[in-house]
Amino acid sequence: MSYDYPDRKGHFGPYGGQFVAETLMEPLRELLDAYVRLKDDPAFLREFDNDLRDYVGRPSPLYHAERLTRKWGGAEVWLKREDLNHTGAHKVNNTVGQALLAKHLGKTRIIAETGAGQHGVASATIAARLGLKCVVYMGAEDVQRQSPNVYRMKLLGAEVRPVHSGTRTLKDAMNEALRDWVTNVDDTFYVIGTVAGPHPYPLLVRDFQSVIGREVIAQSTERFGALPDALVACVGGGSNAIGLFHPFIGHAGVAMYGVEAAGRGIDTPDHAAPLSAGKPGILHGNRTYIMADDNGQILGTHSISAGLDYPGVGPEHSWLKDSGRVTYVAATDDEALASFHELTRLEGIIPALESSHALAYARKLAPQLGAGKRLVVNLSGRGDKDIFTIARLEGITL
Amino acid sequence: MPAIPVRTVKVSMSRLKIRFDALKAQGRKALVPYITAGDPNPDITVELMHALVRGGADVIELGVPFSDPMADGPTIQLACERALRHGTGLWQILDMVAEFRMRDADTPVVLMGYLNPVEARGVQAFAERARQVGVDGVLLVDLAVEEAQGYVPVLRAQGLDCIFLLAPTSPDSRIAAIAAQASGYLYYVSLKGVTGAATLDVASVATQLAMIRRHTALPLAVGFGIRDPASAKAVGAIADGVVVGSALVAEAERLQDRPAELPAVLQERLAALREALDSLTAQPANL
Repeated sequence: MSYDYPDRKGHFGPYGGQFVAETLMEPLRELLDAYVRLKDDPAFLREFDNDLRDYVGRPSPLYHAERLTRKWGGAEVWLKREDLNHTGAHKVNNTVGQALLAKHLGKTRIIAETGAGQHGVASATIAARLGLKCVVYMGAEDVQRQSPNVYRMKLLGAEVRPVHSGTRTLKDAMNEALRDWVTNVDDTFYVIGTVAGPHPYPLLVRDFQSVIGREVIAQSTERFGALPDALVACVGGGSNAIGLFHPFIGHAGVAMYGVEAAGRGIDTPDHAAPLSAGKPGILHGNRTYIMADDNGQILGTHSISAGLDYPGVGPEHSWLKDSGRVTYVAATDDEALASFHELTRLEGIIPALESSHALAYARKLAPQLGAGKRLVVNLSGRGDKDIFTIARLEGITL
Repeated sequence: MPAIPVRTVKVSMSRLKIRFDALKAQGRKALVPYITAGDPNPDITVELMHALVRGGADVIELGVPFSDPMADGPTIQLACERALRHGTGLWQILDMVAEFRMRDADTPVVLMGYLNPVEARGVQAFAERARQVGVDGVLLVDLAVEEAQGYVPVLRAQGLDCIFLLAPTSPDSRIAAIAAQASGYLYYVSLKGVTGAATLDVASVATQLAMIRRHTALPLAVGFGIRDPASAKAVGAIADGVVVGSALVAEAERLQDRPAELPAVLQERLAALREALDSLTAQPANL
């Protein structure tokens, strides 16, 4: 299977592209040029690989979840342990890469948007290490529900700016980061945390995250002498999912499932599942599936998980949906919560609420696949940041 | 985008061209106010447009509110939120233009906004309807020239001018590409930033405009950071037109609970800007 996306202008079929105000077009070109120059440069790649090994702690293990496998009854369940990365999620793979780009471009200040706070923490972390000034935009509602990560960012020396406009969540944080970038474009590098945004972000974030899938190919070959039969990952913007899926796209025998946030149900207005229930449109610099009303206004979203609470999705996912290569499904808040507890109690691993959505679908898929098959779930992050949310939902005062 | 057949429509000369040609013949500068349609409420928008004309507007930029106006500062973000609270949608805004045209056949109207509201209705349907109601031009903030091939032919086929932004960061090659797609006028963004941002540097704007003029004979309007007669006059001395947006929208914000006072206030603000610009004609700047 030949797969050569995006094209030179950043298109994945009809999706992707560059839909931003003129001021940002030249900085995007500079970024693309720098990336094209560096992505095959052995010195740059060595620097990136060394950072992933020594600073992030890669490779992350591929863990055979035996009790989960027995409980679910069916396919063998393996977990890709991105939760064990430094800072606790897959996000750091990308921030390490983009920070190296920022350094090569001579930028002294980085900005980032964050939902759950994981990308903000990963950005603040790498900024601390490289001595860059760091400003993180975060929806005011997310500042409330992810307060431990807000404090971590501050400890790391970042300035966290709560965003009060719009729906006060991730999409508004991204608007505000774009406004900052357009104003401070000379010295500032915008570290986008997901595979959305204008070209080349969906490309370079995918490439930096693809270490996940490449490791799974090597690890599964070593551990069980074959590729997995199916992959499952949660999809908000979709960076952990693309990271896992992309190296497998050409392996037609590997089924792939992206799990969106169904919130209170895909048939209610309270979800964050544009691939399952939205339509194509333009948001944050790219054409992709979005949630919008008939007037083209972006709709508010709901998910128990701040990291999935976004009305758009990376354009490559839109293309993979239309092409049929990846199947997109959705899991509700309640299903994710149940899976959060199940993994915690059965395997002693507290998953992020985002990753719990992937588990919620995997537990349905495992029996369907049946014994003798192997299933890899991307455990994209750890759930320490979510314990306050869970406690509050369950009426427990900590 | 699927290829859309381009229909040849017999169109009379564009109102924008007529207006800019006339201004040039008179040695005058274009005053281009921006307001957000539906702000502070949809019932008053047409009246505000007429008030802007009475105050001396040459072209009206009518903003189409969007939930995620990523190139706008807080003033216009809040205007969008006020307009959207009333459910102001694109078709409703086209109805406003139709109503405006019943009493004003000459003042060019440019719709300014973001792509998604247009995408949601379909660019072909939008272009046809916009032409029917008397819209003259369209400025889509997040439509880069690289992505314009799906839009410009459709809009031009309906006789709509396509106004593009140029920025301080636009290199020569981009200016040429944009000028080749643009019609009506070009909108030079005077500073790196969002609408309503701080102060602009007139000298650097002058340098940039000189560079742009090497690529195009289109009128050059300058916006972002023009808030009062003094800044309008300074920019008017070097540009063909000045766009004033956030300073007017701030009045809509201030008077949102007393909208009846707004038409007179905007007319007065425009008149002061008009006077400043026309003083340039009395004493032509040495270019």
